[in-house]
Amino acid sequence: MLNDFLILMKPELLITFIIFLLLFIKVGSSMKNESLLLLIQLVLLLNVIAGFFLNEEGSLFGRLYRTNNFMSLQKSILSIGVYLISLLFSNWLKKSEHLLEFFILLLSALLGMFFLISSGSFLMFFLSLELATIPIAAMANFDLGKKVSSEAAMKMILSSAFSSGILLFGISLIYGATGTTSFSEMPALLTGSPLQILAFVFLFTAFAFKLSIVPFHLWTADVYEGAPVAVTSFLSVISKGAIAFIFTSTLYQVFQPMQAVWYNMVMILAVATMVIGNLFALRQQNIKRFLAFSSIAQVGFILVGMSSNSLPGTSAVAYFILIYVFSNLAAFGVAGAISQQTGKENIDDYKGLYQTNPLLTWIMALGLFSLAGIPPTAGFFGKLFLITAGASKGNYIFITIAALNLVISLYYYLRVIRAMFMDKNETPIPKIFLEAPVRFGLLLCGTGIVLIGLLSWIYDYIITIAA
Amino acid sequence: MQLLQSLPMNLGLGWAVALIPLLPLATFVLLGLFGRHHFRNNAGVIGTFSLFISTLTALYIANGYFFEYGSVNGVYQKIMALQITWLEFSPGFSIDMGILLDPISVMMLVVVTFVSLMVHIYSLSYMKGEERFSTYYAFLSLFTFSMLGLVISSNIFQLYFFWELVGVSSFLLIGYYFDRPSAVAAAKKAFIVTRFADLGFLIGILILSFQAGTFDFNELIARLGTASNPAFQSATAASFMGVSALTWGLVLVFIGGAGKSAMFPLHIWLPDAMEGPTPVSALIHAATMVVAGVFLVARLFPVFSVSPAALAIVTYIGIISALFAAVIACTQTDIKRVLAYSTMSQIGFMMFALGVSGNAGESGLGFTASMFHLFTHAMFKALLFLGAGSVIHFIHSNEMQDMGGLRKLLPVTHICFLLACLAISGIPPFAGFFSKEEILLAAYTSNPAVYYIALVTSGLTAFYMFRLYFNIFWSKAVPAHAPLDHHHGEGGFPIVLPLVLLAAGSVAAGFIPFGKFVSVNGKALETELHLVFSVAPVLLALAGILLATWLYKKQNERPAAISASLGGLYKAAHRRFYIDEIYVFITKKILFNLVGKPAAWFDKNVVDGMVNGTAEATATVSEKIRGLQSGKVQQYAMFFLVAVIFLAVIFIYLWK
Repeated sequence: MLNDFLILMKPELLITFIIFLLLFIKVGSSMKNESLLLLIQLVLLLNVIAGFFLNEEGSLFGRLYRTNNFMSLQKSILSIGVYLISLLFSNWLKKSEHLLEFFILLLSALLGMFFLISSGSFLMFFLSLELATIPIAAMANFDLGKKVSSEAAMKMILSSAFSSGILLFGISLIYGATGTTSFSEMPALLTGSPLQILAFVFLFTAFAFKLSIVPFHLWTADVYEGAPVAVTSFLSVISKGAIAFIFTSTLYQVFQPMQAVWYNMVMILAVATMVIGNLFALRQQNIKRFLAFSSIAQVGFILVGMSSNSLPGTSAVAYFILIYVFSNLAAFGVAGAISQQTGKENIDDYKGLYQTNPLLTWIMALGLFSLAGIPPTAGFFGKLFLITAGASKGNYIFITIAALNLVISLYYYLRVIRAMFMDKNETPIPKIFLEAPVRFGLLLCGTGIVLIGLLSWIYDYIITIAA
Repeated sequence: MQLLQSLPMNLGLGWAVALIPLLPLATFVLLGLFGRHHFRNNAGVIGTFSLFISTLTALYIANGYFFEYGSVNGVYQKIMALQITWLEFSPGFSIDMGILLDPISVMMLVVVTFVSLMVHIYSLSYMKGEERFSTYYAFLSLFTFSMLGLVISSNIFQLYFFWELVGVSSFLLIGYYFDRPSAVAAAKKAFIVTRFADLGFLIGILILSFQAGTFDFNELIARLGTASNPAFQSATAASFMGVSALTWGLVLVFIGGAGKSAMFPLHIWLPDAMEGPTPVSALIHAATMVVAGVFLVARLFPVFSVSPAALAIVTYIGIISALFAAVIACTQTDIKRVLAYSTMSQIGFMMFALGVSGNAGESGLGFTASMFHLFTHAMFKALLFLGAGSVIHFIHSNEMQDMGGLRKLLPVTHICFLLACLAISGIPPFAGFFSKEEILLAAYTSNPAVYYIALVTSGLTAFYMFRLYFNIFWSKAVPAHAPLDHHHGEGGFPIVLPLVLLAAGSVAAGFIPFGKFVSVNGKALETELHLVFSVAPVLLALAGILLATWLYKKQNERPAAISASLGGLYKAAHRRFYIDEIYVFITKKILFNLVGKPAAWFDKNVVDGMVNGTAEATATVSEKIRGLQSGKVQQYAMFFLVAVIFLAVIFIYLWK
């Protein structure tokens, strides 16, 4: 029993252990930020490595908690993302007075996400979702001197509370309609009655809120812009990834009987999300807002793959998120490094960046190419699999709209690339000094973007364990 | 077509072969990344050394293949030396990266590495002191890697991949002197023309592989090349515009090959490509890349041979190109352009030799002859270009009128050039004689009309080659005002060594019993010399040489008089039969006016209108939405709630 517990809950236990480790350091020692950050990076790397070993299938606590190889992989993807964040934003983190608190909060949110992925009942689901949300709101407030930062945190906590209210309402309705909160017992009891549909809509909107699906995305831009870049990237990459994982598995497993209802819902919202996200991204001047809106559009594409309700859908979503972690963090990493040292955040400031900062420019270009889905970057394969999964339903109008949006997104991604490589600038951004961890993180991102697409066994592996 | 799969040395063999292209790739990466800063001066040595290892490996493999394990019971096998699944779409359908060893790929390995090595050595001296010396070697390595990858490809998709890489590296090398507008224009032209051809190639690949259900060459040939196979039957049954899908696929693939091999009417890029450095012309535009089209047809030959229509197109395009280019070559004055048209003409020979060939035994002579000619041509044409390179280097001009009487100043170049001229003219016992005889014999037995045109063309070949030779080395005394480079002389060891080695090849290559090694079905083909048959071509060639001697050995008025009496014909040939002008006319006058202008109008009024409209609408919408995006959380919550209710209403009441 204890062995089961230790092995099955290994990812969560590890994170908990790290949190406690950091707490003890906070209380007991006065290490310098530099060495502390190094330690944290090391521990997070070990955590990533440990994620690939000793994974078993099983469930605990009367099926409140369940895990399998696919879930372990999803957790590993998130762990990789967190490790990358710890590298990419070293400069900013080092200067923070509250380095430990930042990581304690971040890891708490990550712990919530792990439990979320593994949750086997709506009760567990709700608790872990809250655990995954509240620390982020605190993190959004981390630029303590800035008003926008506090405002972002405030908006986030209030909107989240509202969404949680609706979610709880939905959970109680579904419990009322079926008499259970367990994921495994639920499908047999779903009949598609109006009450169940109402409950489902409430649950669905809670997911939609967390994923910034239009029209539940309004909080996103304010929070992304106000929060520090590190937090924004955590929010838009790691948090989005975790929710997308659990969303897919809830739709596919729990709400399978109501497939006809949710397919239409996913389709409408996917179209709205892609279109609105793209239209907004098209007009942004601030690079952070630009990435925020483009990440909304990316979620729209994830929904396209999700709509397939098939094994290729599940694996395409997981594969895409793996790629998305590397691509988006590459873009955020570069934007973060530049804004940290020069304070410049406008796309126009990026003109002529190639002359002064070739490495940064190449990494940014790789990330944007991958986000735009241009071959041979991994993003191309990710999008390809999402769209082919979506097309398996035979709804070609939907797929055509998705493809058109892909083209629009190409336009604005290329706009940034053109600014960096081709536009002339009298006063380009000066040479940015990159510390070793940042450089390493950026190179990791670049390598990932190239290799994940070319190494076909990665996708093969995902599709085998997703089955 | 058995596969040798259980050979124990297969794996080691595969990696040994893989080493041949991977070494130049490594060089490319090394020099491309660090060359400019760290290997400014020794980039050439690094590149040459790594290619030297490649060449040795290629020779080792060739020795092993031809003399040890390649032949089983007298039949050369197709050995799948390496196969790696690269992209798997579904369990039955994937794109592989592999190495296919058979007589033609092994022969090409030797040709490509050897000629490339010669060019690497030659460039050590020729390109010395260039600003972008290391970049030059990086590009050369990239090209060599791509070309080697192309010839060992085990499937058609992989071949296409390297085909495009070859195109890119050729583009880079033609445009090497990027500060010269003409070089940039030539690079663009080559790229665009071959790109159009490659479009045909890609569609052809898709048709063929769709019909066969595989990309793999062996499988594809087995399925489409045998009449009893269901894939063959469906490919011939399906038809478009009265032509079967199989023939369409083959013709489209051939268009790709014709673009790369500069066959009429897609040849217009080749003469301009001479803007690149001369050693590059020797490597890419004479010996290796331009024969890729021939290689492609040879690779798919069993499939071509089941479609008489496709073979007929190959034959006629080949013979037309051969004659057409030979006529133009007689009138050009830029020595590199003469060589360029000569290349086009010789490739025409290889092409129609394939076209008239059958797929078995004796009737497969054309196939063997074509590959043989490819082999010998690589030697003497590379030699001609490298020789021309030392002349140009010496005299700083490409024009014949600036040359003359150089035989004393450049003795080694002179002798080597003469040997190459004799070889290409088909004078026994030089290499070109043997291969050209086989081609003519193959044409004679299968299509007399083609034979007679080819005969005339080979006479013309002798004429224009000796016109070139006399104009460079005899004709008049060394022009007094010529900016001669006396310090430079013949350029030392790195220039002389390749010339001598290639000259040896041009003399001796003909004695290789080629039919024993390369034949259409892997069985040895006994080719004998028909002395009586050789009389006519040799006499014609001698006549061509004599005519050239009479006209050009000493400067006189006769050439001018003859060209004047030919009048319009001479002018037309001199202007290359106005093909370039026709292209310009078609693109500028017809395409731009009929397609371009309406498209521009459509773009300006309709597309832009729509985009502007969308932009305005977006602006309006975002104004409206900005009302929503007010920053007030209570409004966000309100909107949230409205959306939830909206969704609930839709899905409970309206959309069930």
